[in-house]
Amino acid sequence: MKKTAITLAAGALLASMAFAGSAFAQDYPTKPITVVVPFSAGGPTDTVARLVAEVMSQDLGQQVVVQNVGGAGGTLGAGQVAVAQNDGYTLLLHHIGMSTAPTLYRSLPYDPTTDFAPIGLITSVPMTLVARKDFEPNTMAELLDYVKANGEDITYAHAGIGSASQLCGMLFMNAVDAQMTTVPYQGSGPAMTDIIGGQVDLICDQTTNTTSQIQAGEVKAYGVTSPERLGNLPDLATTAEGGLELEIGVWHGLYAPAGTDAAIIERLEAALQVALANETVISRFAELGTVPVTAEEATPAALTETLTSQIELWKGVIEAAGVYAD
Amino acid sequence: MDIIASLGLGFSVALDPINILYCFIGVLLGTLVGCLPGIGPTATIAMLLPITFSLSPAGALIMLAGIYYGAQYGGSTTAILINLPGESSSAVTAIDGYQMAKQGRAGQALATAALGSFFAGTVATLLLAFFAPPLARAALNFGAPEYFALIVLGLLVSIALAHGSILKALGMIVLGLLLGMVGQDIYTGQPRFTFGIRELYSGLNFVSVAVGVFGVAEILRNLEDEKSRDVMVKSVKGLWLSMTDFKRIIAPVLRGTVLGSLLGVLPGGGHILSSFASYSAEKRLSKTPEEFGRGAIEGVAGPESANNAAAQTSFIPLLTLGIPAHPVMALMVGAFILQGITPGPNVINDQPALFWGIIASMWIGNVLLVLLNLPLIGLWVKMLSIPYRALFPAIVLFACIGCFSINQNIYDVYAIGFFGVVGYVLIRFGCEPAPLLLGFVLGPLLEEHLRRAMIISRGDPMVFLERPISATLLGLALLAVIIAVLPGIRQKRKEVFVEED
Repeated sequence: MKKTAITLAAGALLASMAFAGSAFAQDYPTKPITVVVPFSAGGPTDTVARLVAEVMSQDLGQQVVVQNVGGAGGTLGAGQVAVAQNDGYTLLLHHIGMSTAPTLYRSLPYDPTTDFAPIGLITSVPMTLVARKDFEPNTMAELLDYVKANGEDITYAHAGIGSASQLCGMLFMNAVDAQMTTVPYQGSGPAMTDIIGGQVDLICDQTTNTTSQIQAGEVKAYGVTSPERLGNLPDLATTAEGGLELEIGVWHGLYAPAGTDAAIIERLEAALQVALANETVISRFAELGTVPVTAEEATPAALTETLTSQIELWKGVIEAAGVYAD
Repeated sequence: MDIIASLGLGFSVALDPINILYCFIGVLLGTLVGCLPGIGPTATIAMLLPITFSLSPAGALIMLAGIYYGAQYGGSTTAILINLPGESSSAVTAIDGYQMAKQGRAGQALATAALGSFFAGTVATLLLAFFAPPLARAALNFGAPEYFALIVLGLLVSIALAHGSILKALGMIVLGLLLGMVGQDIYTGQPRFTFGIRELYSGLNFVSVAVGVFGVAEILRNLEDEKSRDVMVKSVKGLWLSMTDFKRIIAPVLRGTVLGSLLGVLPGGGHILSSFASYSAEKRLSKTPEEFGRGAIEGVAGPESANNAAAQTSFIPLLTLGIPAHPVMALMVGAFILQGITPGPNVINDQPALFWGIIASMWIGNVLLVLLNLPLIGLWVKMLSIPYRALFPAIVLFACIGCFSINQNIYDVYAIGFFGVVGYVLIRFGCEPAPLLLGFVLGPLLEEHLRRAMIISRGDPMVFLERPISATLLGLALLAVIIAVLPGIRQKRKEVFVEED
């Protein structure tokens, strides 16, 4: 008798859960959504996240809250989302580091390709090759010769293990086939400080950090790593124009935990595309020296493609450089 | 543009009623989060960033700046009343401030902190208005060797932080240095002392360590003493400063302001040194150094002024060069960008109303803070009459929530418990927590700059002597050591490091 009651109750519970499940995907979202940014507040990735989250909130009719879970080169925050409930209320906004982590961290507790459901690409922030303003070479051609001739006597600054500036430096040294002395910093701020102060020679950093310094003439700029010149730095040639084969962009993507309902992913994809077409987002991105990706790229397919090909690319580069973070 | 006209423009922006309101909201929030142990300005500004979207650029930045320097005022409150420093600068205030509170002089300690901070804030704001660009340029001459030399000097001079055995103080500094090494090595990426725990890669959280060794350890110690358990401070002897008190704090406030203003400009960690440096200076210059650590009002006045002056001048690298000096300034960079303004050398020319408006608002914010804080002193002191059994669980709870809110890292909460026990054991052995915190804060900076200097010089140690600023600073450090060991001065040194028992 008692057993039946329990079975009945369990059945009812299951039924109501199944019902709640389907209703839940249709009504989604019914409560605020958290977007985990695996870096500290105020940085370039955080800024991208907040600009996009603001517009996505309006489209989804629920607050999209940015939560900063910094630490261990972005792997802490990503690891949290990997094991979060896949109900569409916890998302991850991560950059290029998503594709370098599997090689940099040999004991990564999650797999970027299987533990996440990609939603779409957001933007690819170009990088700029800049030096202290009294650094000898004046053009890209002179710089390439200078680096080949002086190698380890040149100091290359970067923002720490796994940072975009470190990755760009590896690519640059591969392209020039010369080794410079690398000087790690804790973040872009202190590294730029020492470039402006003339303590170190060279850095390749995101336009977010360099544009205002280039415009003010505080640093000497050699080239931008995007395929085309930038709107707010029209005089700065691309690396390709300068004769350097180096193309890199700090691409950002939005992810949900693996197994998230397809309807929810579709809803988020639509909201992301609305955000990327928004006037304010476009104009603020432009001030950061970047543009939102097209609607075709803000899709799960495009992000999956980028992620897998970038994991391959960086595996080769990082293993060749022999740099690991654990 | 002429400076007076610029300041006029600034005040016309800052005195706009709506901006005064934002400034008030900022300093009020800052004071409140400064008082809540654990929740610091970093977490608060991060949480409020989305709200600033809808404000005007001036309003948003005035409010966020207010939160930051407001928290410097508020942070000293808990340090003085319940021995809970919220950040490195108030750790120094806790040494003598809390002793004053125990003697029933909490009101005087709080008033000293508020008045000293106000004076320092005013001077630093003027400095910011008149000399920001040249100061920022001068600070750029500080490279890795100069910072290394500065920190060596700071560490050697700061041994005066201890009022017990000098051997124990050195031991505590070394322990602090070791604790500061926990986490991922920034040069090689190798994890150190992390025991495979990924949450420790970013190192131990300062707030957790400070709350543990100061606050929780103090609670544990108090619990073993049945008599003082009901009410922490029984008698409160007046709230306001006497004429003697005023005379005693004038010189420390002036010296603290100068030290803090100068150190605050250095983007590579100068503001961290300011309160430690001021405390050491006051103890050295005092005719009664034995009072330090036992409730010397100078030990509150100097560091509090230095700390607030540094808080204001640390805006200089940000406003004139777009360089963030510490995490809070990095958040301010984010706030600028969200408002569509890229901070950099051009802000002063492209956005004069914003630049001067922020500077003028800082002075207004300091006035608001002193008006807000002086009447609150009576209220804060009353807090001490809350029964121990109700007050302390609440403190620990708030501290845990605050520490967790910064990075959502549960290990930050475990660290509070762990360091509470460590701190208690240290107290039982007669060791003091202040030198430990000093080592913990400065150790990683010392290592970072030493190794960077050596990398840049390609392994040549002469770099420290070839560069004039670093050579001078190291010379001063050597001088400090010589003075300490010279036989003729032994007598004086004994006074500085009076044995406790």
